[in-house]
Amino acid sequence: MASLPVATRRGVLAGGGALVIALAMPLRARAAGTAAGAGAGFAPNAFVRVTPDNLVTVVIKSIEFGQGAATGLATLAAEELDADWSKVRLEFAPNDDSRYANPLMGTMLTGGSSSIATAHTQMRKAGATARAMLVAAAAKAWGVPVSQVVAADSMLSAPGRKATYGDMAAMAAAMPVPADPVLKSPASFKLIGKTLPKLDSAVKSDGTATFTQDVTLPGMITALVAHAPMPGGKVANFDAAAAKAVPGVLKVASVESGVAVYARTMAAALKGRAALKVDWDTSKAETRSSAQLEAIAMGLAARPPLPVMDNGPLPAASDAVKIVEGTYTLPYLAHAPMETLDAVMQMKGDRMDVWLGSQMQVKECEAIAAAAGIAKDRITLHQQYAGGSFGRRATFDVAFGLEAGRVAKAWGGSEPVKFVWTREDDMTGEYYRPMTAHRVRAAIDAKGQVVGWDHGVAGQSLGNFAAINTLNGQKVDGMLLEGLREQGYVLANHRIGAGMLESPMKVLWWRSVGHSHTGYVMETMLDRLFAALGIDPVAGRLALQEDERARGVIREAARMAGWGRKPDKGRALGIAYVKSFASYVAEVAEVSRGADGLPRVHKVWAAVDLGLAVNPDVIAAQMEGGIGFALGHVLHSEITLGEGGVIEQRNFDDYKSLRINEMPEVEVSIIPSDKDPTGIGEPPVPPLGPAVANAWLALTGQAVERLPFARGIAGKSA
Amino acid sequence: MSVEFELNGKPIAYDGPADTPLLWVVRESAGLTGTKYGCGVAQCGACTVHLDGSPRRSCVTPISMVARRAVTTIEGASSKAAKALQEAWVELDVPQCGFCQSGQLMSAAALLEWVENPSDDDIDGAMAGNICRCATYQRIRKAIKLAASRMGAKA
Amino acid sequence: MIRRPVLRPTRARIALAAAATALFGAAVASQTVAAPAPVPPPVAASDATVQGPEAFRSIADPKARSVALFGEMAKVIESPRCLNCHPRTDTPTQGDAMTVHNPPVSRGMGGMGVPGMTCNTCHGEANFTFANGEGSIPGDPAWALAPPEMAWAGKTRGEICRQLKDPARNGNKTLAELVEHNTHDHLVGWGWNPGHGRTPAPGTQEQFGALTAAWVASGAHCPD
Repeated sequence: MASLPVATRRGVLAGGGALVIALAMPLRARAAGTAAGAGAGFAPNAFVRVTPDNLVTVVIKSIEFGQGAATGLATLAAEELDADWSKVRLEFAPNDDSRYANPLMGTMLTGGSSSIATAHTQMRKAGATARAMLVAAAAKAWGVPVSQVVAADSMLSAPGRKATYGDMAAMAAAMPVPADPVLKSPASFKLIGKTLPKLDSAVKSDGTATFTQDVTLPGMITALVAHAPMPGGKVANFDAAAAKAVPGVLKVASVESGVAVYARTMAAALKGRAALKVDWDTSKAETRSSAQLEAIAMGLAARPPLPVMDNGPLPAASDAVKIVEGTYTLPYLAHAPMETLDAVMQMKGDRMDVWLGSQMQVKECEAIAAAAGIAKDRITLHQQYAGGSFGRRATFDVAFGLEAGRVAKAWGGSEPVKFVWTREDDMTGEYYRPMTAHRVRAAIDAKGQVVGWDHGVAGQSLGNFAAINTLNGQKVDGMLLEGLREQGYVLANHRIGAGMLESPMKVLWWRSVGHSHTGYVMETMLDRLFAALGIDPVAGRLALQEDERARGVIREAARMAGWGRKPDKGRALGIAYVKSFASYVAEVAEVSRGADGLPRVHKVWAAVDLGLAVNPDVIAAQMEGGIGFALGHVLHSEITLGEGGVIEQRNFDDYKSLRINEMPEVEVSIIPSDKDPTGIGEPPVPPLGPAVANAWLALTGQAVERLPFARGIAGKSA
Repeated sequence: MSVEFELNGKPIAYDGPADTPLLWVVRESAGLTGTKYGCGVAQCGACTVHLDGSPRRSCVTPISMVARRAVTTIEGASSKAAKALQEAWVELDVPQCGFCQSGQLMSAAALLEWVENPSDDDIDGAMAGNICRCATYQRIRKAIKLAASRMGAKA
Repeated sequence: MIRRPVLRPTRARIALAAAATALFGAAVASQTVAAPAPVPPPVAASDATVQGPEAFRSIADPKARSVALFGEMAKVIESPRCLNCHPRTDTPTQGDAMTVHNPPVSRGMGGMGVPGMTCNTCHGEANFTFANGEGSIPGDPAWALAPPEMAWAGKTRGEICRQLKDPARNGNKTLAELVEHNTHDHLVGWGWNPGHGRTPAPGTQEQFGALTAAWVASGAHCPD
């Protein structure tokens, strides 16, 4: 198939004909917030541009880091525009909240699996607006009523007349902008709901996609920062003599977060940094070990000081009531995207150009500007593809932007500076999924009714962005608790308490946020309750579940897996269901004991209900990848603090990732729905761990209360 | 020191420290950025190139080692296998974030040079050195098989 | 249990340098703490030593002397430097802690790996210190896994000893050739030059060769 390169701004501006069109654009349209890079063509709004070469460029306000948002957003606009998919191009939006803010957040932000959920109407309207103006232009040019003009596959036609969108772009620009264009009914969709080739697959299969790491500018300097090995450590003093002696090292400077080394090449920068001698001030650092932190967290979970919900006490155990107690410790996790954090910055007098892949485009740029000492309206973002994120490129304190700005400022010259975190910086650089401890006592009666659920959870706060009022008049981080109350199960005498672990270590949302630990605990506890009474895990869930969409995915995953069949010898099935980010997912895992003693996952059947499926293949890809991402972490991954708080994992040799030989076959079913679409980036993750653990329980009788499995299964070390 | 080698069929001379990793020579001196830095310690495979036709992690390859040898990067991957793989990669929409894919493709191309119709075990063996954090492994496996079947059909 | 791989080198940039303390010491007051090295310091030389053959001259009984000489050789043979690539399975181990090789690799074609990922996909002709300065990847022109019949890991000294004498299990070598091999083979010698961050085999290759020669000369007797 044809290569579909991403249009660059330079590429568009290079077209001589296009500039003429731009001059013909009415001032009104230009002033009214037209598409970014709209120096050319017909751009009725901030998201769509049609150029004389008959290409439709869709401006993407989300970052694209593999979740497929760019293709999804382009699909929505192209559908209403009746564009020929092979003539659709992508362009990333600049840092501009006035046009590109996420309506949920008030600023540009890709997160919470919200790209499609928050922009589907906006993008469809953008496409419909452009279509209406193209049709109006054709009608005027041909002297026919609008009703006789047909738009399809980037072509306009009327009896005896035919023109491309490109042909009509100039005239369309002069048409009035419709206030409320009519949107299609789902029955007439040609692109939405179909499997379309992703717009970025070709450039990501021949090495030409540009990530921030690949941005190369004349005279560019590479900068690394030596960071403290323990969270919160600061530079006490340093000796740069040996570093400066490395050929190619140009400068060594202290920045707030460490010591920056500037060099002509990455190789020289690495050598220079390795030669630095730094003493770290640990007075404000986390110097406790993981064992100490876990013990404190478990103490808080067992006697949670913050009551959140209390619907009655746990009944006493009796012949009619079984009680199961679980004490869970789930580790700190790193996001470890394939592309580590990086930025390219170039100062030009009082302004700066930045090449970056951030989930918070405006806030990150403002941080860079503030730290570099320039005005926040004097910074221009050139957003790049990002090599993964899983939450890492959206830090609430924009610490990376601040550090990058300081690095640029400390360099001080006009040369462009590429600031890179190495993999070791990434692994030891905090912003982890918080370690949590859970202590649950739950009761089930002979009819399979949950008659008590007393749940204590403790961990660090992500910041009280979604604060919940406690019963004793305090606030607690809702993200620590998400998933404990809203899964649709009827749980009598439900009681939840929280405890906050205080630490200078920075923690962050990690793909599926609180659900990444609450889903594991809720769903494995349910199976332990069912096992106590010999209740089938699917039937047991369906009996407790009040939400019909939840029941739908549970039934579908069970049907796909042939639930109830006798698995092959040495294998067992496990199911788990978690609703997260308003999407419903159930997964069944078929598991045996692998040669390494860990669960070997052969196949996963996954059912998802996320409302309208905009691009089924992108959804399937997210399900497959999310399941693999989750599996790697539950099998192998943890970040631990050793003596003195030093982070013990530094690269993929000790923070193990899933590899292809461990990837199960994944089969996905999407529940048909015309409800508004919800997200898919995160929801595949939470059910996987508990589905595997539940299969392991069925296979071995062993409940795994400690992740990763490499640690939680006795006799194995991580 | 000066090292002369062939990069994607063209003669190259590099002047610099003998222990400079090939990865950074390819990316920074030659400006070919399809080859990625992911770990720097031969754990992730994102930097995979071909050295005299065999897969090689460029992050642990001193430039001195490639003297008078032929290096092929994703930009120069033009073998029948590489082309068939790239076609299959696009057709099955293998990439997610895409960052690891140059390395994945170079490893897969090396596999198909050796094994016409790789089994699942063959694919596991050749590809286990390439980490994909998006875990798009299922599609990598399918695309390798698709490319292999097409090469067989054309042969 | 938290795994602390012992092979990890220290990072020079974190080590508390005496020179730096002398330069800045007065200014940093009491809150400065010497950062604990995140990893154990690099091992410049093995803690373990090997005695030369002369140390065994006093053993009068030739058989007992021969067995004792082999026992000294075994200190080398049982080093992680040797055992890692003489596994009983198809998978090598790595590092001083002898953990399973990561990324996962297997014996494949004559101990050289599998199509698409051979040993020399990563291992070069010589050790290579990572660009980050934090360790190294070992290398040798002959880098490969020992064949299954030469497996040592998990075997007793007696089993290894008898295997070493058996041409069917020692690469078809005479005892004289075995002496030459242990004394001069480049890949054997790698054990004492294993690269940054890896503990060398005890003693020296010269000692190992001399021990082998003395063991052969004394009848090449094996422990039970």
